[in-house]
Amino acid sequence: MTNPENKPRRRFLGRTGAGTALLALAPGVRLVDLVLAKDEDEPASDETRWGLLVDANRCTTGCRACVSACEDEHALAKTGRNRLDPQWIRKVELVDESNDRSLSIPLMCQHCEDPPCVEVCPTGASFKRADGMVLVDKHTCIGCRYCMMACPFNARSFVHEEVTGQKSYSPRGKGTVESCTLCVHRVDNDRTPACVESCAVDGHGALAFGDLNDAESTVSKTARSQPHRELRPDLALNTGVRYRGV
Amino acid sequence: MTQRLAIALLMILSFGASSIADVNLPSYPKGRGEYCVEPTDVMRRDHFEYLMHHRQISVHLGVRSKRHSLVGCVDCHASQADDGTYISVNEPGQFCRSCHVYTAVKIDCFSCHAAVPDAVVKQ
Amino acid sequence: MDKIRFQVLAGTHTGYRLLLWLLIILIGIGLIAAHHMESQGHWVTGMDNRVVWGLPHVFAIFLILSASGALNTASISSVFGGSDYQPLARLSGLLAVTLLTGGLAVLVLDLGRPDRLVVAMTYYNFSSVFAWNVFLYTGFVLVVLIYLWVMMTPQMRGYVRSVGMVALIWRLILTSGTGAIFGFLVARDAYDTAIMAPLFILMSLSLGMAVFWVSTLTLCRWNGYLLSPELSGKLRRLSALFILGVLYLVALHHLTNLYMAHHQGIERFLLVDGGVYPWLFWLGFVLCGGIVPVWWFLDRRFSTPAWTVTAALMVIVGGLCHLYVTIIGGQAYPLRLVSGYRVDSGFYDGEITHYLPSLPELALGIGGVSLALLMIVVAVRILPFLPTVTGSLPGSNQG
Ligand code: SF4
Ligand code: SF4
Repeated sequence: MTNPENKPRRRFLGRTGAGTALLALAPGVRLVDLVLAKDEDEPASDETRWGLLVDANRCTTGCRACVSACEDEHALAKTGRNRLDPQWIRKVELVDESNDRSLSIPLMCQHCEDPPCVEVCPTGASFKRADGMVLVDKHTCIGCRYCMMACPFNARSFVHEEVTGQKSYSPRGKGTVESCTLCVHRVDNDRTPACVESCAVDGHGALAFGDLNDAESTVSKTARSQPHRELRPDLALNTGVRYRGV
Repeated sequence: MTQRLAIALLMILSFGASSIADVNLPSYPKGRGEYCVEPTDVMRRDHFEYLMHHRQISVHLGVRSKRHSLVGCVDCHASQADDGTYISVNEPGQFCRSCHVYTAVKIDCFSCHAAVPDAVVKQ
Repeated sequence: MDKIRFQVLAGTHTGYRLLLWLLIILIGIGLIAAHHMESQGHWVTGMDNRVVWGLPHVFAIFLILSASGALNTASISSVFGGSDYQPLARLSGLLAVTLLTGGLAVLVLDLGRPDRLVVAMTYYNFSSVFAWNVFLYTGFVLVVLIYLWVMMTPQMRGYVRSVGMVALIWRLILTSGTGAIFGFLVARDAYDTAIMAPLFILMSLSLGMAVFWVSTLTLCRWNGYLLSPELSGKLRRLSALFILGVLYLVALHHLTNLYMAHHQGIERFLLVDGGVYPWLFWLGFVLCGGIVPVWWFLDRRFSTPAWTVTAALMVIVGGLCHLYVTIIGGQAYPLRLVSGYRVDSGFYDGEITHYLPSLPELALGIGGVSLALLMIVVAVRILPFLPTVTGSLPGSNQG
């Protein structure tokens, strides 16, 4: 296979060029800054590290906007057997062990920088793209489920039966493993993940998406100015999804 | 002896002829547009090479060029029923299936990939 | 010392024929089950998105571990100079190959995409222990086949020791590798420990001996061959030792876990209040697969072949229970998703997963065991694996 050697060229779009991606949440706070977008024939660049910042203070118990948006976007139909339903993103209610404070968070693939799922996958079907997205190449996934054993967050699902009605941009099928793709098909087209969009539309704005490597991006700025954490800091995964207020 | 041989030969020949006549060459609906992304004979021979290459660079490297993408194949080659709904390219007699049945090559694409274009969603 | 001669299994015993047909039928059922699982998808099994490895994996890992352990006798015979073990060396090598093949068959047929075996063989991720294990397994089969050939070819006598050495080292790495599959799962409290590799080595020694007892004593009985009391005594003591070793490491594992604050939950679950798992652990593994067989192996009153086989069967059952508790119990207990927080409610988060193995899974597992056994009983009819004359046992020279 030829590996395009051409150095990633970055295109400066300018604020207006990024158009729809600039959704105003509150004065001075923007959802994403996709001022740098890539050409369609350009490979993902390791200068970018896509990440999500979840604000648990804004996330509310009972709200499932992000989950529904994900299900619609990727045509994740219910299987009729709860325990086999695909779960790319799910809502989890937490209780602080020290003071019994309870909170609600969305939980999806954390897009670990050192992903255990990638480390264990025998065929290399689980892989991390240059820009930090952890994905499954379903062409080479043999369905051994070792990655599911390795993932600390139960973030992956196995497709237990035949699937129909897939979206053209989100192939999925029986016998392979799947998980949150960070909506790679949208991000590659300068859009934000479906969950982020729906959370904003619902007025919560608990999810922010952007380039963690870009010092000027909102996620980076917020991450610098506000305390945030990984869910399992002890495992040193350096996740791309970070949580505030947890 | 020679007579028998001649009869046998005749029988073999007629078998051969009848089986050629019996074979249905694949027939399938015409795709949209004037041309395919590559010359037809090249596509016929090498489409899987293009698809394989594209699969590698799109999935792993994030190259999103459209030219050799499977989605593009489906967009042009899925035919429409009278009521306007799309028919899967993997249905018998449709674009992908007809040739693959003829050549007895299993298609593994459509257990995961959509075999019809996405429905247009109103924004 | 008398010369040892080997022969193919003679005569057609009714038991042999029955066994042959039974095995063929069981393999057939296993294949049907595998096909069912593949064509329907894994929803027909008890596995789900929480318990992702189920009964097939219990059987597969059992077979793989016993394969390596079954080579004990051959190793002792050719590497450690135990010439009185030699009559059983070939059989021991045969068991190693067949058990491994059975185990791998189960593992492959349980894949979500077994049709992509070629992918598994051509795409390798070298940071994955799983991928390394694929090499270790196929290599092991190859090494043992060469080992068998060397043992069976008189001109190759000189190489038996060195090839035996390679096989010994290979299988130690192989079992460590199998243990490492679990050791690498850092987020799972049940497995996250360095003890996993040595524990798997000892389990393989003990399970391998057990399988070896059952098959060897049966085959030798059909062949009219009696194990000398000395050899049998030595092997029985060895079995007891291995079982004690496993018990010791398991105790060590659980005790160290109890000292780690975060591991107490899973320990309680597996050992005290986890429903079926504590029962399988204490009754199945510790009592039936541990204490009782150790006693029988060490007590001379139980030294008849019948008692020995019974003890070995109990070790096998105990081993399966142990693997079930380890593999499935370890997954049934919820993960600690967020440090410092309890998961209060969620989509099956923070809850125990109830796993119930389904019939196809069981059939697949048993099919794998049957495949291994079928290969053994067929091989002994084709090649001279069985000893006919033992050393220094009076009256056994009937040849
Ligand atoms: S959260 Fe799980 S699936 Fe996602 S990258 Fe980390 S280990 Fe892999
Ligand atoms: S299930 Fe697929 S992605 Fe996961 S470890 Fe196995 S081959 Fe890799």
